[in-house]
Amino acid sequence: MDSIDKIHWAFTDRILEFFKETGHVMRFTGHFFSLGLKPRFEVKELLTQCYLIGYKSLPLIGLTGFIMGLVLTMQLRPSLISYGVESELPVMVGIAIVREIGPVITALIFAGKIGSSIGAELGSMKVTEQIDAMEVSGTNPFKYLVATRVLASTLMLPILTILSDAISLFGAYIGVNIRSVTSIRLFYTQVFDSLSFGDLTPAVIKTFFFGFAVGIVGCYKGYNSSKGTRGVGSSANTAVVLASVLIFIIDLLAVQLTDVLGLN
Amino acid sequence: METPIRSSTTGKITGKPEAVIEIEHLCKRFGENVVLNDFNLKVYENENLVVLGKSGSGKSVLIKCIIGLLKPDSGKIIVLGKNIPELDHEDLDKIRTKIGFLFQGNALYDSMTVRENLEFSLRRQWIRLPQTEVDAMVKEALDNVGLPHTVDMMPAELSGGMLKRVALARTLILKPEIILYDEPTTGLDPVTAREIDNLILSLQKKYHTASIIISHDMNCVKNTADRVVLLLDGKCYMEGTYQELEDATDENIKQFFE
Repeated sequence: MDSIDKIHWAFTDRILEFFKETGHVMRFTGHFFSLGLKPRFEVKELLTQCYLIGYKSLPLIGLTGFIMGLVLTMQLRPSLISYGVESELPVMVGIAIVREIGPVITALIFAGKIGSSIGAELGSMKVTEQIDAMEVSGTNPFKYLVATRVLASTLMLPILTILSDAISLFGAYIGVNIRSVTSIRLFYTQVFDSLSFGDLTPAVIKTFFFGFAVGIVGCYKGYNSSKGTRGVGSSANTAVVLASVLIFIIDLLAVQLTDVLGLN
Repeated sequence: METPIRSSTTGKITGKPEAVIEIEHLCKRFGENVVLNDFNLKVYENENLVVLGKSGSGKSVLIKCIIGLLKPDSGKIIVLGKNIPELDHEDLDKIRTKIGFLFQGNALYDSMTVRENLEFSLRRQWIRLPQTEVDAMVKEALDNVGLPHTVDMMPAELSGGMLKRVALARTLILKPEIILYDEPTTGLDPVTAREIDNLILSLQKKYHTASIIISHDMNCVKNTADRVVLLLDGKCYMEGTYQELEDATDENIKQFFE
């Protein structure tokens, strides 16, 4: 009975902890909208963060995008051959990349790189009192550190996703040409003919939410870091895990919403 | 405003000018742990007040309440005429520009050069300040601490004593009226600690700042204090000059001088 009680209380504690944490994240997000978006804006820091978060992520996003397109094509080919529709490979790959795989994989890579980086950076600033130092010098650290990073993530991920999609499609073109010969013109004609406005718009819109989730979770975890260097590591780790889970939840909601709105 | 009276030989204050910090019935607890319990204190213009106490006695909590980093449970903290716990974010930011804070771990921004560290708060307070003026202020602040050559170095390239001086230069750049030092000599060798003590005194003479120095380094207390307050059990246990505390027969006080 004792052990059942213990399990029961541990389970209850975990649930209460989850709701408490959710409440804190919501309050932090509320702060972002009420405080972070008020003038005076830290434009220089925002541009610096856009450079660091966006431009510096480009090689990784580009490489993974290229491999993603190539591998997806190579994996899909046997299945399509068995149905006798190998010629539809560009169509299939194009839709898959633009509608789903491109945005989600890019967002997950982005969460791994940027979520952990923001979590560790702010966490380390927190435990070394650099955030307090900023506050006592009359600078609002929430506006300077949090608002700029969240905005930069929100703005940069859609751009990175579009670039990643383009590079993935090129990877897919290479993949198609490994076993057969297709001209680049024919490949892209097939891809773009199969895509409509309704495929692209929801896919791009949801990446703003993915970017926001990565930014806000990374900042929340870092800003509330404690327990020294172990806390910093934990902030970086949980920022990635939580952001990745949120990306899937947002994706699920986005798919449901586009379905309800008839955009599919 | 009353002019402070200074001793002609020691340069230390012998009279009591106007109070720049007044703390009344301050209480702060963390859960069940009562850190400050009905604490009262006044700090006067041009005065170096040392708050002495054991580790964990609430010294750092006290100055973090003064600067508004921690909110007290009750009591008043009147700094330059404003009650800190009642101020909103904007007013708090305004008053913070008049208070310097030297962190125990220096808290320099490690991704910025020394120049950027010093310019950071300047650029935020006086947006349209010309670069030549900013450069002059950075130079003056670094000259004050004897480190003009470190201007383009990163904090990681500096020694412990140099970091402390640069942190002090950053604190000084906004020309604060009050400086709060959180254990300024902790972790430094005796020679460097002595240099920091001298720096605190010379800066006080030059800028006529009021200071609260948190310390349990008795050399620092002896060198810098105009007045010493002993914090014990969350209260002001004794107040007086260094000599008065050293001469005390109370066991709780004597243990600091053994």
